[in-house]
Amino acid sequence: MKAIVSVIGKDKKGIIAKVSGALYDMDVNIEDISQTILQEEYFTMIMAVEICENAPRFDVIKSELNKLGEKIGVQIQIQLKSIFDSMHNVALNMKN
Amino acid sequence: MYSTNEILETINMVSHQHLDVRTITLGVSLFDCITDSPRRTADKIYDKLMKKAGNLVRIGNDISGEIGVPIVNKRIAVTPVSLVAASSKGHLEIIRTLDKVADEIGIDFLGGYSALVHKAMTPYEREFLLSIPEALSTTKKICSSVNVATSKAGINMDAVKLMGQIVKDCAYLTRDQDSLACAKLVVFANAVEDNPFMAGAFLGSGEDDAVVNVGVSGPGVVKVALEQVDGDLTQVAEVIKQTAFKITRVGQLVAREAANRLGVSYGIVDLSLAPTPVVGDSVAHILEEIGLESVGACGTTATLALLNDAVKKGGIMASNHVGGLSGAFIPVSEDAGMIKAAQNGLLSLEKLEAMTAVCSVGLDMIAIPGDVSPEIISALIADEIAIGVVNTKTTAVRVIPVYGKKEGDTATFGGLLGEAPIMPINRSDPSKFVNRGGRIPAPLHSNKN
Repeated sequence: MKAIVSVIGKDKKGIIAKVSGALYDMDVNIEDISQTILQEEYFTMIMAVEICENAPRFDVIKSELNKLGEKIGVQIQIQLKSIFDSMHNVALNMKN
Repeated sequence: MYSTNEILETINMVSHQHLDVRTITLGVSLFDCITDSPRRTADKIYDKLMKKAGNLVRIGNDISGEIGVPIVNKRIAVTPVSLVAASSKGHLEIIRTLDKVADEIGIDFLGGYSALVHKAMTPYEREFLLSIPEALSTTKKICSSVNVATSKAGINMDAVKLMGQIVKDCAYLTRDQDSLACAKLVVFANAVEDNPFMAGAFLGSGEDDAVVNVGVSGPGVVKVALEQVDGDLTQVAEVIKQTAFKITRVGQLVAREAANRLGVSYGIVDLSLAPTPVVGDSVAHILEEIGLESVGACGTTATLALLNDAVKKGGIMASNHVGGLSGAFIPVSEDAGMIKAAQNGLLSLEKLEAMTAVCSVGLDMIAIPGDVSPEIISALIADEIAIGVVNTKTTAVRVIPVYGKKEGDTATFGGLLGEAPIMPINRSDPSKFVNRGGRIPAPLHSNKN
């Protein structure tokens, strides 16, 4: 199952390390990653991930990431990739 | 991989612009529940709905969590109860069962306490219509609709006359709740069989055994997109189209996903821009963003026509089956911009009626003084229904003569139904017209064969 993890917040040390560590612990594989700093202080990281077979349920992953976000002071979301496919691709995925 | 901007655009639409899917509505056919015994019919209905829709709320919440877009309501629409109960005459038994099911499953609304009497009424259908006030005032989540006209059949003025009194009775029986029952009753012309929106949803006879129809929302998203447009009205229309495309795609995704998980067929996406009373989720504010000082001003009908057309053009490309009511909604009590304009005397009933000629769906959630006569309400219904019949479109009336309240007061319904200022209405007497009864013949252009 493919999903997009987005991390938004004030830039600080170790965000990538902590988020990717948490994903590793839950058996979620990072396939692609991009990161930008907006207006010199806002950190935005987008990760394309594959939720592997042994991973916990989606809602568990989501709540773990939310908790981590609260701990390190950034907003972390995970959404199925299909929502972005739907909105930003003209071709309609009939398997949706 | 998508660009950061695309990802953030989607996230912002939800977190700052109120993008949501208004409803997943599961249509369930009750034809196979018909018996000649009220009790057995009700029991079969209970079993079927629990089987088909028992997981609806959980599945809706799961999908919402996974894609990160709120799904505000989960609803059920059933075969018109007047058809299901015609043999057993068990409509009151059935409505108790439907209310119980709605409660147990945890859905927000259940629609289909409905009758289709656009040409004529059987004696039983008359009895059924007269039961609507009791049905709506003794249940919480049940919605009712009555189709009194089609472009093919003309307008059944006997039914229109009856509905004026029924609306008044609904208002009286829920007089301690600002006549709330009227908010759950819609009078239609050209009612559609796959509408996911309440209060007018029912499942038509040409539909599958169980089918998912989804209604999208997102006026706030359109408003924010238009804030960036400096150009002319062609550009305005283009931006609305592009935005409607994206909003509708969310609905398409949810409809397919919900149908798969429920193991039922996927019906349609309804392209409607449905407002909520929350600030930043208003259709009126889109018209104001296009360039009106207030909704209700001269130019309102033209801007609404542009909006409605662009929403359809963008939405139709985004979904493989479009249906329901599909267009911009203008329910007064559910739209912060409409409420404000009505309070300030800038939006009249007559202007609202003109607006319904170019959008979906009709005189919707409009509160009028409680002492207005049933004949005036019937005539108001007849006017709105005539617009639908002559223009071959769906129109509807959901009007609330708020018991004990007068012009300038406010009626409060709560939740998605919002609050409405009591609007003035022309009191000139149309009784002679209404009491003539009979049928207004179908318009010439409906004879296309």
